[in-house]
Amino acid sequence: MIKVENLSKTFGPKVAVNDVSFTVERGEILGFLGPNGAGKSTTMRMITGYIPPTAGVVKVGGNDVTEKPIEAKRLMGYLPESAPLYTDMTVEGFLGFCAEVRGIKGADKAKAIDRAIDMCFLKAVRHQSVDTLSKGFRHRTGFAQAIIHDPDILVMDEPTDGLDPNQKHEVRSLIRRMGQSKAIIFSTHILEEVEAACTRAIIIDQGKIVANGTPEELKAKSELANSYVASINGTEASAVRDGLGTVIQSAKVTIVTDKAPIVVARVFPKKAGADGELGQAIFDVAAQNNWKVNEIKKEEGRLDDVFRNITLSDNQVQ
Amino acid sequence: MNPILTITKRELGGFFNSPVAYVFLVIFLLMTGAFTFFIGQFFDRAQANLQPFFMWHPWLYLFLVPAVGMRLWSEERRLGTLELLLTMPISPWQSITGKFIASWGFLILALSLTFPIWWTVNDLGSPDNGAIFTGYIGSALMAGGYLAITSMTSALTRNQVISFILSVVICLSLVLCGWPPVTDPLAAYFPNWIVEGVAAFSVMPHFDRLQQGVIDSRDLIYFISLIGFPLFATSVIIRSLRS
Repeated sequence: MIKVENLSKTFGPKVAVNDVSFTVERGEILGFLGPNGAGKSTTMRMITGYIPPTAGVVKVGGNDVTEKPIEAKRLMGYLPESAPLYTDMTVEGFLGFCAEVRGIKGADKAKAIDRAIDMCFLKAVRHQSVDTLSKGFRHRTGFAQAIIHDPDILVMDEPTDGLDPNQKHEVRSLIRRMGQSKAIIFSTHILEEVEAACTRAIIIDQGKIVANGTPEELKAKSELANSYVASINGTEASAVRDGLGTVIQSAKVTIVTDKAPIVVARVFPKKAGADGELGQAIFDVAAQNNWKVNEIKKEEGRLDDVFRNITLSDNQVQ
Repeated sequence: MNPILTITKRELGGFFNSPVAYVFLVIFLLMTGAFTFFIGQFFDRAQANLQPFFMWHPWLYLFLVPAVGMRLWSEERRLGTLELLLTMPISPWQSITGKFIASWGFLILALSLTFPIWWTVNDLGSPDNGAIFTGYIGSALMAGGYLAITSMTSALTRNQVISFILSVVICLSLVLCGWPPVTDPLAAYFPNWIVEGVAAFSVMPHFDRLQQGVIDSRDLIYFISLIGFPLFATSVIIRSLRS
């Protein structure tokens, strides 16, 4: 539904987006990750037709955004960063305006407003003026505006920014629910959000895509992925290290914490992707040495490690 | 509904939801009255025409029209709603036209509320109502021209005050550029065609002819370009904001 090909944007000498390509199909929720200033907002603004690209093509539902902007924009709902709203209107009036601009009138308009208000939990403030709303309600009004015409494609720039944890949870489940029938792109710098809501994630740094995959695939890139953490009670750290060092499948053993009497050690596997073998071997070593094992746990990898590794190593290159 | 009308409706709603519109109407009517009767000496002249009424309009509009139009685009830029508006499935032209029509309609409403003066002059004598009608047309066109200029200056900045001052300066130069104290010094340094070219930008002769009941296509073309060109410039400015 969304096809981005070799998209670039330069502002004067500064390259904001550099040769970015990806596609999003119906039923996909694409998380757009990246440090601040990585080019997330600029990319979204080019997709929604707010700013023209310096080079490259954006196709939305087959329509080139530069050549057929009206047709492309009709298919999209867009929540800009920080959810700008007309402050001199009521919530209902504002949503009505957005519906009318999109050509929804009469009874359909009333129905569309009701639906958006229901989905975004805005009933309590329906007749309230936008400038008296709290940040959470403002944000949800912006969200309601983006889905007023039940678009096939939703583009959202930091949809959970400034919401409290409960509201974040609501918005994420809303995104997940809508993602079943739509193509959704949203940007965030909150990593749990990607795991909670996305079917796919792209990490962008300094205008370039540096990783593209499912949250699981990205997590597997973590150094810690598939390592084991063993927490052992009443044994010297050096003994634990030496003991675990005898495990054939292990590449490296580190002591994570050593607070007598509990020692926590991490065992890294020899090759990435090793299955339960390593855990079994650790268990055997522990049994032979009569260690009191509190816990043995496999690490799945952490997205924030991957994120930090990818985006920091890139910075160091420069 | 046509998107232009939707934009117009929203803008008008914005005017009348705040006290600004009512304050403006009251001030406009008080000032036109005061200028006509006290400074224009409407009664002492004992002439059955509205010349002392219309003669102040270029000066009144100089401040009142920028006050109405200064928020048109600067407010959208300040609130960030420009991004919302320009990602809707409408062309920038429709937004520009819709916003212009709303503010112009409001100014025309204010102007039409001066009807008691027409009623007064008809009660006291028998004026040339055709000339009064064309005078009103000229006044409305002039307000439209000032407003289009304000729309342009408002797109230039997110600060309403800057937009106001810029448009006052541009409109003032349109009023003054045909005035002898401005053209005479120019004539001392520049060839005649430059002086005449500058003077041709003045709104005054065009508005004067319409006040006298003369409808000349040149005057109409002048006013239509005075509205059209700044609106076109507005669209160019908005396009440049986006890249």
